[in-house]
Amino acid sequence: MTRFETAFAKGPALVCFITAGDGDTAANLDALVAGGADVIELGMPFTDPMADGPAIQEANIRALEAGTKTADVLRMASEFRVRHPQVPLVLMGYANTMVARGAEWFAEKSAEAGVDGVICVDIPPEEDAELGPALRGKGLSLIRLATPTTDAERLPAVLNGSSGFLYYVSVAGVTGMQQAAQGSIEDAVARLKAASTIPVAVGFGVRTPEQASQIAKVADGVVVGSALVDLVKQHGTEAPDHLRALTSALAEAVHAER
Amino acid sequence: MQTIIGEGAGLGRRALPIAPIMTTHAPVNSFRALPDETGHFGQFGGRYVAETLMPLILDLETEYRKAQQDPAFWAEFDALMKDFVGRPSPLYFAPRMTEHFRGLAPAGKGPKIYFKREELNHTGAHKINNCIGQILLAIRMGKKKIIAETGAGQHGVATATVAARFGLPCKIFMGAKDIERQKPNVFRMKLLGAEVVSCESGSQSLKDSMNDALRHWVANVHDTFYIIGTAAGPHPYPELVRDFQSIIGKETREQIMEKEGRLPDMLVAAVGGGSNAIGLFHPFLDDPEVAMTGIEAGGHGVETDKHAASLTGGKPGILHGNKTYLLQDEDGQITEAHSISAGLDYPGLGPEHSWLHESGRVNYVPITDSEALEAFQLCCELEGIIPALESAHALAALPQLTAEMDADKLLVVNVSGRGDKDIFTVAEALGVEL
Repeated sequence: MTRFETAFAKGPALVCFITAGDGDTAANLDALVAGGADVIELGMPFTDPMADGPAIQEANIRALEAGTKTADVLRMASEFRVRHPQVPLVLMGYANTMVARGAEWFAEKSAEAGVDGVICVDIPPEEDAELGPALRGKGLSLIRLATPTTDAERLPAVLNGSSGFLYYVSVAGVTGMQQAAQGSIEDAVARLKAASTIPVAVGFGVRTPEQASQIAKVADGVVVGSALVDLVKQHGTEAPDHLRALTSALAEAVHAER
Repeated sequence: MQTIIGEGAGLGRRALPIAPIMTTHAPVNSFRALPDETGHFGQFGGRYVAETLMPLILDLETEYRKAQQDPAFWAEFDALMKDFVGRPSPLYFAPRMTEHFRGLAPAGKGPKIYFKREELNHTGAHKINNCIGQILLAIRMGKKKIIAETGAGQHGVATATVAARFGLPCKIFMGAKDIERQKPNVFRMKLLGAEVVSCESGSQSLKDSMNDALRHWVANVHDTFYIIGTAAGPHPYPELVRDFQSIIGKETREQIMEKEGRLPDMLVAAVGGGSNAIGLFHPFLDDPEVAMTGIEAGGHGVETDKHAASLTGGKPGILHGNKTYLLQDEDGQITEAHSISAGLDYPGLGPEHSWLHESGRVNYVPITDSEALEAFQLCCELEGIIPALESAHALAALPQLTAEMDADKLLVVNVSGRGDKDIFTVAEALGVEL
């Protein structure tokens, strides 16, 4: 079994996002795992994060201003893998930082660092001639995004080549906005699960254990990002305790649906 | 073995193909046949957008293909070009500039210089050509709201103008720094009924206004049309913006045939995103006798870190929906552009220019802030025309180009905009207090 399969086998999983290089990333990641996160998404900072709302935009800027380079992100990933051999790790970011040295280079370095999967916001299936094949060639998953605008006609193209899990972006918008209505999430997840053999995780706008609990009733995973990134902004080097507290509450809510 | 959808056996589901497979290539004997059916100019262009936007981008392409075949669409476009924009814009022989550069050139050198006078259009630049085309598409698609990004405010004003003309509400995204620098254009947009949204993120200039426009669009795709201001962004924008701007080159072709009985020998235009340049160049790309020079903003010099010359000083990358030359560091982080001309102050350019650069069909050269300032003043003094600082970059290539061309040759410069908006910037650069 892959780390993803193990993580999702137990029932609904909690997926937690923070931005690499924003605060003490190693300590923050450890806090997420200690709190009960089942899957970690580590954001690769980018100067122009077009799909992100203010919270993650600012986290990107803080990380870059602190001097975070791609080499640092890969080092954080490989150190995480040593400390947490079982927890799936996903790099999430934008195409230009992933292909700057070539898709093959990125796939190889990510594999060496022990990364399990990659989410690239701005490479749709139509432009995926290089990154997806390079990642799969190194045994990594390309995790695709499905959205409220992904209709039945497009869904097969989105699913084709996907592995690990499918990330359902529950609102048409940027990260950290309002959560979608529960009814629309239930309909969409049912549609995706009918079409897919891999787990479906739901994200965008999920901030509280109550919301996470509702989503965990229907989905295989719940993704929380901006609410965690806000804690890093608010508490700086004191963030790990706060991250662990919120993650514990979220994990309890999600795992209660198992 | 992990489960990969569409790969491996035993999934009980037929693997479905992704999009149409790219099988068509542009005929090698034409520079005008791109983009291909997947929106690529060679390796450049494409549709690098978030999944939320993909269906809309595909709809836009479908609707544009229908519009292309619809004589009524073009009849309305042409009528608005004539009576609302004031086209055709003149092709003007610039006698004193011609004489001036002949005087500086070696004996027998110094071509006849013509100006394509896009600065005489309604709103004072070529930007309106594209805005008219896109708002007609928005109306065809039943979209109720208009958004646009703007740097100096020229595209914002042009968009606000067409939105007012067609009675659609309009939001213009503009960097906080640019709002401060370009107060007259901000007020113009407000007079035209647009809401100007201040972008506080990143460098607070053109690229950030584009980020924020994309963020707004992604949340409002159901009823909003994004009028992109240059021949860049995800397919089909580079193609349709080029097509709407090609009226510049088509008119130039007819006008020079009428005046000189032959095609020009050299076309010159400034390239920021590159819409005025591609509009002039495209109708001539398959005429091998017509040479073309695109002028990039060299800022303080391409050897410094303060310039906006993406081709000369950048490398291919992915930003704002397309693959193209970008100013970036080794990690792919986008670096800040600099130019005295706010319209050229962008760290990338349209994908077709990247392709024309690599194919060698168009020669691209950088011009510095100070060279552009000099050309700005020369044009005012010799021809009684105050050019936009963007266009002044094109004019600044004349000393070198005219010295190399014979006196019986014909050179056309695209004077893409008027410089009234730039007088404060120029005064400041020259140390003049207004």
